[in-house]
Amino acid sequence: MSVTLTLAWRNLWRHKRRSWLTIGAMVFSNVLLVFMITLQFGSYEMMINNTLRAFSGHIQIAQVSYQEQQKMRLTVPQVAELARQLQARFPGIEVAPRALTFVLAASEDRSFGLQLAGVDAAREPSMSTIPGLMVEGRYLSAAGANEIVLGSVLARNLKVTVGDEITLLGTGVDGSLAAAVVSVSGIFDSGLADIDRSLAQILLRDFQSLFAMQDRGHAILVNAPDIAQTNFYQAEIKGWLSSRGVSDLEVLNWEQLNPGLRQAIQSDMASAWFMYMVLIVLVAFSALNTQLMSVLERTREFGIMSAVGVRTSTLGRLVLLESTVLAALGLLLGCALGALVALYFRVNGLSLPGMAEMAAQYNLPPKMYPSLQPMAILLGPLVVFMGCVSSALYPALKLTALTPVSAMRAV
Amino acid sequence: MSALTKQASGAGLASLSVMAWRNLWRNYRRTGIMIMAISIGVWAMIFMSALMRGMVEDILQRGVQQLPGHVQLHHPDYPDDPSVVNSLPENVVQAGIAEAGEAVSRWYARIKVPAIIASERESRGLVLLGVDPLAEHADIFANAQLLEGEFLNDPEDQGIVIGERLSDRLETRLGKRVVVMSQNPQNDIVERGLRVSGIYQAEFRGQEERYAYMSKNTLQSLLEIDGQVSEVAIFGQDYRDLSELLSGLQSTFDSNTGMKPEAWNEVNPYLGGAVRLMDGFVLFFIVIIFLALSFGLANTLVMAVFERVREIGLMLALGMRPGMVLGQIMIESVYLLGLGLALGNLLAWLSVVSIADGVDISAVAEGLEMAGMGTVLYPLMLSKDVISANVIVIVMGAIVSFMPAWHAAHYDPIRALTKPT
Repeated sequence: MSVTLTLAWRNLWRHKRRSWLTIGAMVFSNVLLVFMITLQFGSYEMMINNTLRAFSGHIQIAQVSYQEQQKMRLTVPQVAELARQLQARFPGIEVAPRALTFVLAASEDRSFGLQLAGVDAAREPSMSTIPGLMVEGRYLSAAGANEIVLGSVLARNLKVTVGDEITLLGTGVDGSLAAAVVSVSGIFDSGLADIDRSLAQILLRDFQSLFAMQDRGHAILVNAPDIAQTNFYQAEIKGWLSSRGVSDLEVLNWEQLNPGLRQAIQSDMASAWFMYMVLIVLVAFSALNTQLMSVLERTREFGIMSAVGVRTSTLGRLVLLESTVLAALGLLLGCALGALVALYFRVNGLSLPGMAEMAAQYNLPPKMYPSLQPMAILLGPLVVFMGCVSSALYPALKLTALTPVSAMRAV
Repeated sequence: MSALTKQASGAGLASLSVMAWRNLWRNYRRTGIMIMAISIGVWAMIFMSALMRGMVEDILQRGVQQLPGHVQLHHPDYPDDPSVVNSLPENVVQAGIAEAGEAVSRWYARIKVPAIIASERESRGLVLLGVDPLAEHADIFANAQLLEGEFLNDPEDQGIVIGERLSDRLETRLGKRVVVMSQNPQNDIVERGLRVSGIYQAEFRGQEERYAYMSKNTLQSLLEIDGQVSEVAIFGQDYRDLSELLSGLQSTFDSNTGMKPEAWNEVNPYLGGAVRLMDGFVLFFIVIIFLALSFGLANTLVMAVFERVREIGLMLALGMRPGMVLGQIMIESVYLLGLGLALGNLLAWLSVVSIADGVDISAVAEGLEMAGMGTVLYPLMLSKDVISANVIVIVMGAIVSFMPAWHAAHYDPIRALTKPT
């Protein structure tokens, strides 16, 4: 085997320029694939994180069909107590209770509809990004009462600043009229237009008394320590709930909560892979052409080798090995260069004309940052590697049908 | 140049072409593989561009219909503060548009204000649209359908038309009453009970919760803004070419009324961004595919030259000028590129024709809704994309092949002739 390897290595450098051009094709497409796939993974991560950190969390526990219908009366009883017990049972996760409704908010000059969330001020900072995004004033305090924080666009539309009063008008869970005056304690700016335009938060306690909810809420949000552990904790929480005899609550993960997000990623992935496959096929063709030429021009040489007793299967292995070494060089150089490019944009970010507007639609910031996961770096180059090695199968198989006498006479 | 040498070079070109053509087929496997690679590359360039263009076209058409209008007119403060306070007087709008003349193919004015809608069980925030039912009917139902009841009959209709999802969420149904709440210009809360006279279903289900339709006059009287509107939608002939319409409107409105006409790509930056991003991306895609291809092309030509070193040396020794060697190899590569291009264009055209009836992509409908796309993708082959693909391949391909050709033309005949195989 080591002799075959030595032979393969030397054969490669008999035509330096040809070998380097083939490696060049592989490195080029590998760098490109690494760049684009890391960028894609990076933007998916960001899309998922931004959406989940701002809205939904990794997992939600709610009344069966609440997520679908979002009706006021589909509640979780003793929501704060249940959240506490859940936290005690699974100390590794973040847990926060919520309640949600739509209200009309009236300031001195303006009235707008908004989505009002009742939150636990102590738990919210570890659950969502909003408490950390205050641009004016401060976030809700657990000790406060009748305070509200709202999005920057909403505050501008309502023409209110910190300290101003807002009247909230809505419907209680029992159908009664709910009205209260709250004062603005802070304004947040998430950079996500949807949220900044329509979301406001008050304390869960205030929410419960305002809408006659007693001790109830609408959902418990859960963040797993890592998004990859979502399914594990989803199953654990399901088990824990059913062991307590709770059957009317459902536990949904982020993909179930945001079907549009998953599908947007899927369709983007599919169209991107079309382009990747074209690249890979072109590189494989280039490798096939190189290897086929190098086999054809050595027909006489192979004839002699075969005549002196080298088996044709060994010749086939030799050719495959040559391609493998070539492809491995392409893989190493491509991954290294690609990772450098990805690292550069990881630090500096990438933006293209027209991208900022597109990005906003998917809850993305105007600059994109590639992901540096090993998976994202290796995925494309590995497929190129396999494509190039398998493209050598045709010339290698041709060799096994070699007859020494006619091969030695070939021109 | 004398007539004689001209004639000779003409004959030379003809024989060079013949030689180049025969050279191409000396190694038919290699040529075949290269032609396949080029045609797959060209096919991908054109076919993928057609799919992407089709996607953007779909987003744009829906976007413009949804907006609605090619150009919109608002109070200058309305985009930032969509309140009933920032309204436009209808008579001024009418006079101004009449002045803009022929460039306007149709237009309508509407009221668009945020509001709360409540049933006896639930309440929701939405955008209330006060429309002229007759003028807007076609645009509203371009991507939606009436499920139950009837649409508003005239500008005085007292009913409200809501989406199916909203009616589910509110637990209301056709014929029942709902209450809408909003503010009047004095910021007093105004509210009124209305009968649900129709329920619609939209292609983008999200819209069903976002928009409810009322008749313009009814909404005007509720909001106490008689003769005022919030938004004017103006349609020209073609949304891609708005310069005439826009400049006409700007000159009538900008100076004396403070109203601000804006084209669709300004009103909805996502749509404008989609177009710009896609133009760049199509070119990027074509160039990238070409670059991947160029390595194989260069390699093939380098090999073709390399294995013929002695032959080229002999031709040079016999008196063939270096320029003719160069020409012969360049012609060879142009043949190669031309054959690949012809096959690639044919393949792309066949693929586009075979899916001209649209590709069903409804499996990811909710994801597409985020992008503003429908569930059927129609390819759109633009001549400018086909031309750029072909031009880039032939021009850049010739540049790539110049290097080995130049190299071959400058061999030293004696060294080349005596080179061992």
